[in-house]
Amino acid sequence: MTETADSGPRALVELAGVNKHFGALHVLQDINLTITQGEVVVVIGPSGSGKSTLCRTINRLETIDGGSITIDGRPLPAEGRELARLRAEVGMVFQSFNLFAHKTVLENVVLAQVKVRRTEPAVAEAKARALLERVGVAAQADKYPAQLSGGQQQRVAIARALAMDPKVLLFDEPTSALDPEMITEVLDVMRGLAAEGMTMVVVTHEMGFARSAANRVLFMADGRIVEENTPEAFFTNPRSDRAKDFLSKILHH
Amino acid sequence: MGILFEDGNFGLFRDGFLRTVELSAASAVLALLLGVLLAAFRVSPVPVLRTFATVWIEIFRNTPLTLLFFAVTFGLPRVDVHLSAFVCAVLALGCYTASFVCEVLRSGINTVPLGQAEAARSLGMTFGQTLVQVVLPQAGRAVLGPMSSVFIALPRNSAIAGAFNVAELYSVQQTLSERGYAIFAVFFWIALAYLCVSATVALGFRRLEHRPAVAR
Repeated sequence: MTETADSGPRALVELAGVNKHFGALHVLQDINLTITQGEVVVVIGPSGSGKSTLCRTINRLETIDGGSITIDGRPLPAEGRELARLRAEVGMVFQSFNLFAHKTVLENVVLAQVKVRRTEPAVAEAKARALLERVGVAAQADKYPAQLSGGQQQRVAIARALAMDPKVLLFDEPTSALDPEMITEVLDVMRGLAAEGMTMVVVTHEMGFARSAANRVLFMADGRIVEENTPEAFFTNPRSDRAKDFLSKILHH
Repeated sequence: MGILFEDGNFGLFRDGFLRTVELSAASAVLALLLGVLLAAFRVSPVPVLRTFATVWIEIFRNTPLTLLFFAVTFGLPRVDVHLSAFVCAVLALGCYTASFVCEVLRSGINTVPLGQAEAARSLGMTFGQTLVQVVLPQAGRAVLGPMSSVFIALPRNSAIAGAFNVAELYSVQQTLSERGYAIFAVFFWIALAYLCVSATVALGFRRLEHRPAVAR
């Protein structure tokens, strides 16, 4: 496999003219967004701004009413086996972890490898153990999710997503359900991934993470991308009033 | 009370008891498989399957079991399907119980947080894999209590088969009564036998419930 180095960074996720309504509420309004390979895009904004919805449309956990979404050059298929195959390429980490409650930590990371990728169980287990080691929860492999702290559960969830070798990882407020002292351990894992060149879309309220790990910050409000900039420029010199207002509320208390 | 051990009655009683156990076990297997399938249909994204399962449940749950036995025993020969009395009984009991299994399971499916299915789908699992690997195991655990009631009712419902040419426990009572034994003594032994079957089922379910529980 030879990537053409001279063609510049490859567009991995492309949203063009995406619109979505929840009843009368227009949650996504004409969203245009291109995410290139290796890029870390952090999406911030007030609650109800549509940032979680945006994240969930990328692997079609939310359907869209208009526009198009392409992953690695292929349009997002409709419900069915094609979509399942594509979802395997797009990892997702949820606010509420969503580890399979009836399976051990190890089984959580093994399951989809075996069922979706048809990996040999022994190979899948070795890979799972290596990933659990990498996110620092190898010692908990045989416990059930309910026996772990929130931070540990979220790191297992990251390992579970990584086990599929996804092209892009989506994080939907990964630290919002965590106690403050556990946020760091999850963000450290995410910083590590970012440093290794994983393509990531991160919806978060963690401004420190946005500053230190993001290539680009999207500021959303009322279903639109209001502002898009490098973290440095966005945090020191926001252009829109909405962003100034938002930042003044979250940065000074 | 000693009637069981006179005149070779014990052999008759034992055969009836084993027949009841066989009938209940076969019907339970059918009810479980069919019930899980119907529950899958009821939550499936395909409207035709949902409608099929709903109609099935409305028919089988709302019809007296005796009528179902009639329908199977006398209806099927009319369309030239000839089955043994035992198989007819298994069909009637299994299909009837399946509708209850389905509804209990469906209420269990509703207790499984949506995030569980979303996580499975986001990993690339198909609808069927999500259901079998993630949702149903958790749903089943959540409804062990009400499910045990369904399966305790099954052997007792199987007594109706005695009236449709299956030589099970209840029909033993008829035979013994006709032979002129004291009716209370006969009923005592029959009731005791049913109690044994039901208690065994209940015990089995209690053991499942007391397995290391998986809390959320």
